[in-house]
Amino acid sequence: MTNSTLEISSAAEKRRRISFGITLIVVGLVIYLLFGLNTVPGTMTTFGLNLLGSQAMEVPDLVVPALPAIYFMAAIAVFVGAYQLARGVRSNGLLIGILAFTFVFAFLMWAAQDKSFNLTGMLQSSLVRATPIALAALCGVISERSAVINIGIEGIMLMSALVAVVTATVSGNLYVGLVSAILMGGLVSAFHAFLVIRFKVDQIISGVAINIFGAGATSFISSRFMAHATDTLNNSGTFPIIAIPGLSKIPILGPVLFENNLIVYLTIILVIIMHIMLFYTPWGLRTRAVGEHPKAADTLGVNVYLTRYVNVTLGGMIAGLGGAYFTIGSVGRFDEILTAGKGFIGLAAMIFGNWNPIGAYTSSLIFGFADSLQVKLQILRVPIPSEFLLMAPYIVTMIILTGVVGRAIPPAADGQPYEK
Amino acid sequence: MSNTAAPEKKERKRSSFWQELSVPALAVLTGLILGGIVILVSGENPIRAYGALFTGSFGSPARFIDGFQAYFSTGETRLLLRAFYPFTESLVTATPYIFAGLSVAIGFRCGLFNIGAEGQFFIGALCCAFVGYSISGLPMVIHLPLAILGGALGGAIWGMVPGYLKARFGAHEVVNTIMMNWIAFKLSDWLLNGPMKASGFRPVTPNVMATAELPRFFPDPLRFNLGFFIALLVAYLVYWFLFKTTLGFEIRSVGANPDAAKYAGMNIVRNFVLVMVLSGGLAGLAGTAQVLGVDHWVGQGFSAGYGFDAIAIALLGKSHPAGVVMAALLFGFLRSGATNMQSIARIPIDIISIIQGMVIIFIAAPAIIRWFYRIRAVKSDETVLTRGWGS
Repeated sequence: MTNSTLEISSAAEKRRRISFGITLIVVGLVIYLLFGLNTVPGTMTTFGLNLLGSQAMEVPDLVVPALPAIYFMAAIAVFVGAYQLARGVRSNGLLIGILAFTFVFAFLMWAAQDKSFNLTGMLQSSLVRATPIALAALCGVISERSAVINIGIEGIMLMSALVAVVTATVSGNLYVGLVSAILMGGLVSAFHAFLVIRFKVDQIISGVAINIFGAGATSFISSRFMAHATDTLNNSGTFPIIAIPGLSKIPILGPVLFENNLIVYLTIILVIIMHIMLFYTPWGLRTRAVGEHPKAADTLGVNVYLTRYVNVTLGGMIAGLGGAYFTIGSVGRFDEILTAGKGFIGLAAMIFGNWNPIGAYTSSLIFGFADSLQVKLQILRVPIPSEFLLMAPYIVTMIILTGVVGRAIPPAADGQPYEK
Repeated sequence: MSNTAAPEKKERKRSSFWQELSVPALAVLTGLILGGIVILVSGENPIRAYGALFTGSFGSPARFIDGFQAYFSTGETRLLLRAFYPFTESLVTATPYIFAGLSVAIGFRCGLFNIGAEGQFFIGALCCAFVGYSISGLPMVIHLPLAILGGALGGAIWGMVPGYLKARFGAHEVVNTIMMNWIAFKLSDWLLNGPMKASGFRPVTPNVMATAELPRFFPDPLRFNLGFFIALLVAYLVYWFLFKTTLGFEIRSVGANPDAAKYAGMNIVRNFVLVMVLSGGLAGLAGTAQVLGVDHWVGQGFSAGYGFDAIAIALLGKSHPAGVVMAALLFGFLRSGATNMQSIARIPIDIISIIQGMVIIFIAAPAIIRWFYRIRAVKSDETVLTRGWGS
């Protein structure tokens, strides 16, 4: 990276460089002051790398002397910060990565000093917890690429979650539950599309109405019918863990990636399919054209309304899959408001992922990580009230939305109704 | 909403009031009919259920007769008070709705969608409770206003954060206010189990001092209090602010057309922050009215649903303070009656949320209602309320 004047095109760019550098140095100091000074010298932090009951080969645990490791993390942050101030690093992602890595690891060393912390287990639960967020984000990506905002994902997921568990319990077949959840999601989304395309209802209002309706309807049904009939309506069991032969034997990676249930695998496959569909097929080109400049797309013979109907409905089906995750994918029963804002966090993941499937999935993993970290820390009895740890995913969402960590640009026509 | 700048012709003005009213009224009616169908499908008699809703919100005629007879023959007021209880209780329920509805409405006027009334409500309630129970020895004339101010400030701070993030970074207020809601819930969990917990098992705050309570007008079972009239006064103040002051005009201009407002030299950033502060403050007052007027303490799940109800109320009231007051009264009667419906007809109170969701859709899509009931279009029906993710 050179620091020639041509590269630094504007004052804003320079400001960004300086602020990033200063932030990194401050983080380094915070690591030193907060964790370094509060860690007992000579203690060891043990990172467990094996997961109980997994098929992977056993590897020895990683034992790190806590204090030197924390100082090392602080030094990395300060060094990279200084380098950034002096020379400048081009990639925002790299800087954020270093910032998060040093801070989180120093934090873990401090939190787990003298204790054992299962790293593999946390990565595994990060992936699992990222799944519903990723599905919500993918739903957002596919419908917003055609310029329809769907803020009703939360409500759609609630309704699908309920439908999944009821149909699966009644039929005794989890796949029936899965398919009905997907259909339910598609149906509600198609209704949203109908309202915003045919009647030009404000997209956000329609989404909010779906959320209110979804929360009300699911609470109504669960307290009126399901509360007294748990065994016959609300006890479906969950999809089993499928270990992929061979691959699941790999240490660390095996239990994290290749010992999951159907919905987690489907999500990963979906990310790849959607990436290819969006960027390498005519359908994807049309979708993006409708999202960026519907008038031009219309002139070239693309059916704007049809594209939007199809995309929003497909998105709803993905959200339906996400809803299914909450019941038949994880706990096997429905509780009121069990989605707990995951649909909205998915929207933040979509924005942070710049409306790209892979980006959305990556940022969902970050949220999944924050979510599972919070659970692990409660187990470690970190002297921070659990309520504050529970706030973490929401605060991370807000920070990401500020765009300080890389500005995202929505599709140009996002949220606007199209009139011929 | 009626904030389109186009000059209306005079002759239309007279009938426009009824036209404005027709869509919301029919939306509510349609929502109730569809709700009745849901009740029917769930295996209950909708007429019985709505009967329970009615007596639960207005009171039963038989009890009124009994009450008056007892009063005139013996001077005994107990039965009479019991007869009036449902009606006053509906007004009590409507009080926080007025504030919360105004909170969302003032946001809409500036093109901001505040879904965070719920969190602001909760934080406002906690703040006013804190002022209410922690200070003692003050006379009521100082303590009560202080507690109210505390509640408004708490909500205002909670609203200011997303407002600032929107103004400074263009971060969308819809997602941010929802995130602030969850943060408020977790924060209140911690406060109610720790620093603000009263002695005892339950995670609730101590009762506020008597000097911080909003005075009640009738003896005990009736909880009708001064809060209702404060709400009406505040509704008038909001009307005056929005429609009679320069700042209010600026806010409405920013809401109607931000580009034009910017071109005219208006400070959009300042307006966003100001409106979110006001909006949060109003939501905080809603929580305050509930604490100081009704419960006198705060517990977990205290804010249950106020934020979403507020959206429905603002939309139903077309973001006009007078409309908001009417819509809030309607919801007050519905909610308060639904409690009765739940105990008599065993219909879960969530039916109101279902009806609400449908009412919002009908209000937002007046075309459905107009098509269904064959009503002529009103120009003010079509207004863009929100704009994508950008600023």
